[in-house]
Amino acid sequence: MSDLDIVGPQLAVLVAAAAVLLVDALIPQHRRIVPFVALAGLALSAAWTLSWVARDDYQTAFEGTLSLDKFSVFFYFLFAGITATVVLASIDWVNRAGRGQGEYYALVLTSCAGLMFLSASRDLITIYVALELSSIPQYILAGWGKDNRSSEAGLKYLLLGAVASSILLYGMALLYGLTGTTMLDGIADAIAADGESHRSLLVLASVLLIAGFGFKMAVVPFQMWVPDVYQGAPTPVAAYLSVGSKAAAFAVVLRIFFEALGEGFLSDDWSTVFAVLAAVSMTVGNVMAVVQTDIKRMLGYSSIAQAGNFMVGLAAISVSGEEFTLGASSVLVFLAAYAFTNLGAFIAVIAISQRIGSDQIKDYAGMWKRSPVLALALAFCLVSLTGIPPTAGFWAKMYIFNAGIRADLAWLVIIGVLNSVISGYYYLSVARQMFLGDAEGADRVRVSPSIGLSLGVATLGVLVFGILPTPLISAAKDAAEIFSRQ
Amino acid sequence: MVPMENYLILSAIVFSLGVYGVLARRNAVLVLMSVELMLNAVSLNFIAFATYLDPDRILGAIFAVFVITVAAAEVGLALAIVIRLFRSRSTSNVDEAAILKW
Repeated sequence: MSDLDIVGPQLAVLVAAAAVLLVDALIPQHRRIVPFVALAGLALSAAWTLSWVARDDYQTAFEGTLSLDKFSVFFYFLFAGITATVVLASIDWVNRAGRGQGEYYALVLTSCAGLMFLSASRDLITIYVALELSSIPQYILAGWGKDNRSSEAGLKYLLLGAVASSILLYGMALLYGLTGTTMLDGIADAIAADGESHRSLLVLASVLLIAGFGFKMAVVPFQMWVPDVYQGAPTPVAAYLSVGSKAAAFAVVLRIFFEALGEGFLSDDWSTVFAVLAAVSMTVGNVMAVVQTDIKRMLGYSSIAQAGNFMVGLAAISVSGEEFTLGASSVLVFLAAYAFTNLGAFIAVIAISQRIGSDQIKDYAGMWKRSPVLALALAFCLVSLTGIPPTAGFWAKMYIFNAGIRADLAWLVIIGVLNSVISGYYYLSVARQMFLGDAEGADRVRVSPSIGLSLGVATLGVLVFGILPTPLISAAKDAAEIFSRQ
Repeated sequence: MVPMENYLILSAIVFSLGVYGVLARRNAVLVLMSVELMLNAVSLNFIAFATYLDPDRILGAIFAVFVITVAAAEVGLALAIVIRLFRSRSTSNVDEAAILKW
């Protein structure tokens, strides 16, 4: 029983997924309540997580394969929040698509449960199954739209995703063969005992793992699916992919690399790999984003560049002594700030493109006159993505670059700052179009209540954490404590 | 008994064949079959490691069972999407599914 209590937050989400399907099938005349059933399930999940925080009794379930600790609790809250915002932002779009109401929300919830399991798993088998539990619904969702572009996005995402997971599995197989166990702590012990003797194979396994997860994190050179899928998939789904699966991938990478492969001789090698990937991702993502004319593609490339920023925190494992967890906590701060910001930007895009029927940046001209609120919200989120105060994105960048400097990665931080300048160019040129361009149509762009609410939550989050970053930073520090070494 | 290295070499060869197929084949169904080759190569690895190195001989086998199950789900889904694309475009060629640039 207590095992089920520990996975309660995930169970609540899965039960909600089943309930959504049943409501849709059994009382079709009340189909409109379906998204609210989904929201109720997410609220129940968050309440259950909160009850664990109140009990302050962290433990593991199912023979140690799933761990309820401050780290997973941080991500439970993050995923419940992300999914709730995405559900709210999807209501209009799903109503318009007019079919498969229940299935859409059920898939979103199933994927969310997968992300939650992923952030809690401490065993390679569980990690793999949780990864697929979160990915397979995402493949379906990416192909949810009626047009060919969406099917194509789904197919590309699935094929490349399957290739990535088989590369990941090859790495896991090597790790299992070298250590004889699939538990992360067992792997750490085995590596500490006689890891040096097969160092090169361990490095090979790490590289394969990085390649597999790099696909989910969307870092160069595993990024080729990102712009296509973001452009082809329905916009609410693209919003979900850009924050949900990325956050979960970074969560599990932190667990595997900091917990199982954190041994000094090994981390020297893979932190260099992360640093190089970070520099390449930032540069390629930003340079490609500059030339985009479609705003969803632009946000796709920008999310590749942002993934490069996250990786600065991963590379910063070599900070020694008491600040060992600085890199991990800076990744968590950045993930939370990025989730709010990117969701805000995507939701504003959903609202605008539903009305003007175009994703072209040039059609955003004069948006300030047609909908001042949307233009302001989108501009504010873009400012946060650039990393200018008073936004959450500013503190996130400060904190992660600070971790980079502490880890003697000054060259990487310099590249990061230069890239922020490039990113400022294309983010702010969208804002310039909106405020200074001439409006194409005179009609005002209206916002439905559900989109308005989700956009309000996201931008408020960006603003609040921009003015008061301390609670977020201390929560992230607490969560990263699990990686500290006594 | 056959030494473990033979299994690992066989698995590496099958995996490489799969990678080659993914890169070289342009038909979505053939790409899918190549992905299956990669996954089966990995399963072979798991079983070999379980048999030769793991005293309980169990974890790797469990892992392989999960890999097979998930792969079946993925194939089902991929074929469904291919059929959908085929209906609207009468092709299962991934190059022609190119409204979005690769």
